[in-house]
Amino acid sequence: MVYLTRVEHFNAAHKLYNPAWSKEKNEEVFGKCANEHWHGHNYELLVTIKGKPDPDTGFLYDVKQLSKLIQQYVLDKLDHKNLNIDVDFMQGQLCSTENLAIAIWQQLQPHLPPVVQLHCIKLYETPRIYVEYFGE
Amino acid sequence: MSRKVAVFRKEHFNAAHRLYNPSWDMATNDAVFGKCNNPNFHGHNYELIVKVVGEPDPQTGYVMDLKLLSDLIRDEVLEHFDHRNLNLDTPFFKDRNPTAENICIVIYDLLRAKIDTKFDLQVRLYETERNFVEYPVNN
Repeated sequence: MVYLTRVEHFNAAHKLYNPAWSKEKNEEVFGKCANEHWHGHNYELLVTIKGKPDPDTGFLYDVKQLSKLIQQYVLDKLDHKNLNIDVDFMQGQLCSTENLAIAIWQQLQPHLPPVVQLHCIKLYETPRIYVEYFGE
Repeated sequence: MSRKVAVFRKEHFNAAHRLYNPSWDMATNDAVFGKCNNPNFHGHNYELIVKVVGEPDPQTGYVMDLKLLSDLIRDEVLEHFDHRNLNLDTPFFKDRNPTAENICIVIYDLLRAKIDTKFDLQVRLYETERNFVEYPVNN
């Protein structure tokens, strides 16, 4: 089994805010991340697929094609956007990195060809904070 | 012979912003600023590097105590910018665009006012890993 990773990035605004709670409770739980006017991040996204190399090409999958799929189904919807307001698949969800990683998996996985198994979505919110989702 | 040494402190802040000129129409803003004109904002992890140049103090061996420099950056810069919306939450961009260039100039001015003029000061600001600015130049 070989694991192939493509690294992408997007820059977005967000806030962590539970609309069912008061402003005070949001600030208590989320601190500065609850700023009603949002803050932002340079997110780094690592998409890992797994499988066996094709005997004719030596490729698991054409990584340029993988990049195009990530661009079309993920980055076009997230880059330079406000995650709370602009992203249809994040509506009704808290815009944590955890939820975003799960949502990115769900956006991308249906469009990968059957020969490709998605293994992991790894999403850095900052250089010191990242999440991994393995589809479970 | 004077021996000047440059000391550096690296900090970071996460902020939202929008690039646009309010005296232009939406089409012109889109043409000039592209995706950065999103009216709902976008954001960055900014990385800030502050450079202070001077001679090491003969008593301490320090050009400047970097813990003090860190506290100064925290109080004068990060307090205003971290986890904020640069357009809406700060007073500095009411009449100028929060581009990396202008943010860098604002940060320089905030720190210059609090750092002894015997030290040279320069600020480098990374908006992304690939785009960064410095002010002042030829320093």
